[in-house]
Amino acid sequence: MTHELHDITLVVNGRSHPIRVEARRTLADAIREECGLTGTHLGCEHGVCGACTVLLDDQPVRACLMFAVQADGRAIRTVEGLAHGDTLSPLQKAFIEQHALQCGYCTPGFLMLGTAILEQNPDIGDEELIEILSSNLCRCTGYANILRAVRAAAAAMREEGVA
Amino acid sequence: MKPAGFAYHDPQTVAEAVALLGRLENARLLAGGQSLMPMLAMRVAFPDHLIDLNRVEGLDGITVEQGVLRIGAMTRQRSIERSAAIREACPLMTEALTHVGHLQTRNRGTIGGSLCHLDPSAELVTVAAALDATIEVAGPEGQRDVAIADFPLGFMTPALAPEEMVVAIRIPLWPREHGYSFMEFARRHGDYAIVSAAALLVLDSAGRIARASVTLGGVGAAPLRVTTAETALVGEAPTPALFRAAAACCEGIEAMEDPQAPAWYRQRLAAVLTRRALERAWARATGEAA
Repeated sequence: MTHELHDITLVVNGRSHPIRVEARRTLADAIREECGLTGTHLGCEHGVCGACTVLLDDQPVRACLMFAVQADGRAIRTVEGLAHGDTLSPLQKAFIEQHALQCGYCTPGFLMLGTAILEQNPDIGDEELIEILSSNLCRCTGYANILRAVRAAAAAMREEGVA
Repeated sequence: MKPAGFAYHDPQTVAEAVALLGRLENARLLAGGQSLMPMLAMRVAFPDHLIDLNRVEGLDGITVEQGVLRIGAMTRQRSIERSAAIREACPLMTEALTHVGHLQTRNRGTIGGSLCHLDPSAELVTVAAALDATIEVAGPEGQRDVAIADFPLGFMTPALAPEEMVVAIRIPLWPREHGYSFMEFARRHGDYAIVSAAALLVLDSAGRIARASVTLGGVGAAPLRVTTAETALVGEAPTPALFRAAAACCEGIEAMEDPQAPAWYRQRLAAVLTRRALERAWARATGEAA
């Protein structure tokens, strides 16, 4: 009974993945194992580190703190959906240019969180930006370069918008 | 760090959810999951059944009517934080929410979940106590109201029967010109507070304190209304010395001890945060602070 399988559809980056999972399967595990999209990383698996951050209906959530069955039919975006072909998103480019990553483990989570910030509030104040970014753990960069990358991406997007 | 197996239930109505609670052994409700999921992953909670409330109709929503704010149990913390109606009518709650978890967890976390999880330091429970909230509870016999003062039975234990669930919280609003402040100290922003303090003040036409509410989170098993401080304030002219004297009431209260902080530290923190919260509430009541 408790290992009953559920047929659900995860819509990840616009593509439907009909999958069969136990109810106890987290969204993060289902994205990685059943959908084969391993860009979403799992750090702590209990909602502390933010590495598994994805966008659910465009809102950043921790994919380890949701069950896959709860995301049935909802629009999910992961790091694989950021680039268009070989063209990286402005935030991805800025992460490279500003050295906002070292080991890269936390990067997918920061990219999704940063993407949500840039979409919802590109003119966000420093204090709020620091507060939001500090919800994800990075043990390499010291955060300064991640902040700089989000700012640089916002500027690049504004320029693109004008051009 | 993977949850153990459980049977998943996905009711559409409160009646169905209550019926499931009555019928199933060792069942738990799943609201936003931002506390329950880690407990499942670490296997400190191991229900046989999870009843997911996320698709239950009519459990979310914010209304302000006839001086009462009502928030549905499944309303996300983020929706409350961003509600213009709440910012205007009940700004203490808006201020407290900036300390609750992080953007990602507030997008999922619910007010009903916070109330029922009943962590001793939970900001929303402290705010509910400060504002004399009423909890609406649904069960097999229908609905009943529980005053927030009677809601915590003990450490992380709400006064709910196994087949009951919270459907909403009602908060009687303070007069528009009241002053308020929520302050807390946590080791990292977004963590549960070691101690938090909520203060509300209303001044009369002569500038004296007509009404006061002082509440501490994180010192005991449940939020604590510091009635001695409230009594010391009411009828007096607000001065820094008065606030210091009222805050000193917090030094004598019984405080819990845990690996984060000893009791004496919590008592001291309680007094300092209460004094600062009262000063800020006063400045807001007089229009001197935003």
